[in-house]
Amino acid sequence: MAGIDHAPPPFFKRGPAPLALLTFYLAISLALFVVDLRVQSLGLLRQSVALVVDPVQRVAQMPGSLIDHALAYLGDLQEMRAENTRLKESQLLTAPNLLRLEHLEVENERLRRLLAVREREKAGGQVARILYTARDPFSRRVVIDKGQMAGLVAGQPAIDEAGVVGQVTRVFPFSAEITLITDKNQAVPVQIARSGQRSVVFGRGDGQLDLRYIPANADVRIGDLLVTSGLDGIFLPGFPVARVTAVERDSAYAFARIAATPLAGVENFAEVMVIAPRQEALPPPPPAPDRHPAPHAAKKAGNP
Amino acid sequence: MIQPTFTSSRILLPVRPWFIAVSLFVALLANLLPTAWWPGVPDWVALVLCFWSVREPRRVGMGWAFVLGLAMDVADGAALGQHCFAYVLLAYGTAALSRRILWFPLAQQALQVLPLLLGAQLLQLAMRLAAGADFPGWSYLIGPLIAALLWIPGTFLLLLPQYQPVERDENRPL
Repeated sequence: MAGIDHAPPPFFKRGPAPLALLTFYLAISLALFVVDLRVQSLGLLRQSVALVVDPVQRVAQMPGSLIDHALAYLGDLQEMRAENTRLKESQLLTAPNLLRLEHLEVENERLRRLLAVREREKAGGQVARILYTARDPFSRRVVIDKGQMAGLVAGQPAIDEAGVVGQVTRVFPFSAEITLITDKNQAVPVQIARSGQRSVVFGRGDGQLDLRYIPANADVRIGDLLVTSGLDGIFLPGFPVARVTAVERDSAYAFARIAATPLAGVENFAEVMVIAPRQEALPPPPPAPDRHPAPHAAKKAGNP
Repeated sequence: MIQPTFTSSRILLPVRPWFIAVSLFVALLANLLPTAWWPGVPDWVALVLCFWSVREPRRVGMGWAFVLGLAMDVADGAALGQHCFAYVLLAYGTAALSRRILWFPLAQQALQVLPLLLGAQLLQLAMRLAAGADFPGWSYLIGPLIAALLWIPGTFLLLLPQYQPVERDENRPL
């Protein structure tokens, strides 16, 4: 008889005990959390999940961008015309410099060769569009529409027409994440354009920057321009980063408290230029035990 | 529970599994809307997940919570495991309390759900602060309050496909 020894109907089958499942899932989550933050070796997992989530993300962005486009379309023509005129003017204004730039670059190259100094790198890169601001409220990041498929790699700097915006920190197949220079964990080695003094700016997390490791008696004034120093091997030297807005000298501290405002439209922009990675090899780090802040910070910024 | 609320005399149709999946997907979509900088936008995934694990604890549980958490982590650019951890605990908590929660009127259900949602948010905050992030401001904790308020309309909305038309006759008094 088949009816005698058959298994009981699965009325009471409820899988593993809830507590066991809970322990299992919590252990995995915690392991993911620790590994992601401390070792940062989960790029592949993140990328594969992103491959699934990314299309959903783009669909979710659609209504917003549609409204934006509609508003821009309906926005008055006057504004567009004014902007167009302004752009043409600014192009004309920069034309003499640009036209001479090529000539100067060639000349510079020749002179550098004469002096047997290594040639300066030219900045090249690709333009990417900002898709959206990452939702994570604990950091300041944006997502752009180019990724691995466009040849982006983590560590590339991003600029807009006014200055440095941030740095590519995570690369997905069709998008990439830029950590803004205003993020608390983002450091950019800079120098003061006027005096040539080098230091590092850190984001504050509130849209402002902090210029650290400047002695209290150093020559810093409000309005000083900070440009990238290029010491990190990541940013090409000479890109504007920020302007000093407040200098507070307190003899109780060794360093001055200096606040700066980013020049690039760091929190509101539409397009950025992702600069190609630098080719020149950095000299090996000095073996001396005294740690200079700039290379340290550069290392931090380079391997996010 | 086969009624919308414990005092109701209407019998609900059984839930359709695809509706659960669709509602969770829509919640994920709502979470990915560009509303990152608006204060008090609730975590839709947490809310819908909480609802289904109260209503159908045997269909929606920690597995769903884990997968959705992973999706949210990647989509947010947050630390991996942050949402997973909070959602799994949320699903466990709501499933454990589901028998009790459903015996309250809707407003009191919302009160019972509030600490769970708030706990999930606080947990994420604690995890990130412990990992060295900045405090994002108190508006981060407004979301769960709004979500708890949305429990009442949300219940009606998500139970809508399970209502059946009222047709009484002498054979079917309900």
